[in-house]
Amino acid sequence: MYDAGKIILGIAIFLVLITFPFWFTLALGNPDYQPDPELPAGQVQCVESKEYMIHWHMDLLNQWRDSVVRDGNRMYVSREYGDRHEMSLTRTCMRCHESRERFCDRCHDYTAVDPYCWDCHVEPKGE
Amino acid sequence: MDESRRNFLKIAGCSAMGVAWGVPVLRAVGQALEAEPAPGALTGKRWALAMDIQKCMRPDVMRACQQVCHRLHNVPKIDDPEEEVKWIWSEKYDNVFPNKVHKFTSDSLKGRPVLVLCNHCERPSCVRVCPTQATWKREDGVVMMDMHRCIGCRYCIVACPYGSRSFNWSDPRPNIKPDIDPEFPTRSQGVVEKCNLCAERLAKGLGPACVDAANQVAGEGAMYFGDLGDPNSEIVRVLRSRHSMQRRPALGTEPHVFYLVSTSKRSELKQKPNDFVVPVLEE
Repeated sequence: MYDAGKIILGIAIFLVLITFPFWFTLALGNPDYQPDPELPAGQVQCVESKEYMIHWHMDLLNQWRDSVVRDGNRMYVSREYGDRHEMSLTRTCMRCHESRERFCDRCHDYTAVDPYCWDCHVEPKGE
Repeated sequence: MDESRRNFLKIAGCSAMGVAWGVPVLRAVGQALEAEPAPGALTGKRWALAMDIQKCMRPDVMRACQQVCHRLHNVPKIDDPEEEVKWIWSEKYDNVFPNKVHKFTSDSLKGRPVLVLCNHCERPSCVRVCPTQATWKREDGVVMMDMHRCIGCRYCIVACPYGSRSFNWSDPRPNIKPDIDPEFPTRSQGVVEKCNLCAERLAKGLGPACVDAANQVAGEGAMYFGDLGDPNSEIVRVLRSRHSMQRRPALGTEPHVFYLVSTSKRSELKQKPNDFVVPVLEE
């Protein structure tokens, strides 16, 4: 191999730079940090189980959107509990989860996702 | 093909892996949503609206209709006519019915403002041109917008012969006055919007807000809303018994906003000979 030293050095620098977020967090950050969305006080359950909501809320919201806007069906029948809810971000989700900052954004900021819900849907005042 | 035990095992293994990966994902995502219409929602075969053209010319009626509609749907108020957004507004009779005006058209119509809104056409040209199916015609005839899908290409604005569609050139929120109604979403910059025939109210068992407002201000009979698929509905009876017009019917879009015209009485004819109208024979 020609210029082995330079190439290996180049690869090493490249690896150091590309893994920067990992070792920087390990060295200086708080690797045990877990986002802590604030759950509504006095509520026992969401429209589905907690595990389901954590993993699939984005798909559920997309299905709600399509059902309401495209099919005109506005009532959701819970798979887990069998009860009915209006499919509405503002009138159902945010009635309990009153604050976007203290609920939605806690995880979304952590995972660097930026859903565009609030461009149009009006977020509750929070208090 | 050379079928060996080795190849068979390879394919079987890959298939098993695919199923093992796919099943939980499909179970979670692909489950059909159990959804139903809201209790008490209005259902119809073909919604339509009819308005008494003269009664709806009254400025207080037009103001009431626009105010209630635009407040309810968070329509921004932008004075610049190049950027304005409107769901229901007024146009000169001559422009609304360009083929229904001539030298001797009655002064009670010519040059007067007529209330206009999306016609919820049977063959909507906006729907034909929409590249993302962000606008489409519902089973019950409402021409709907899915703001989530609109990419702001504005083909529909060009296609609509009635000017029923407005584009959001800027973030509409600062121009929503007096304040934003949290019950209804606003729009974002870069999408097209128009009248949705109060689809959100139909889902609650209510008719369009403009119909209620017009009938409240001008008395019953200013506007009718109903199902053309029901031969006994009030709107069908009204359309059968009175003279009505559609906007530019020759275009073939088949508008479902009808304009009811009152024929002049003979006594009025005597006072204003210029308003010549062929007398209607008594039944």
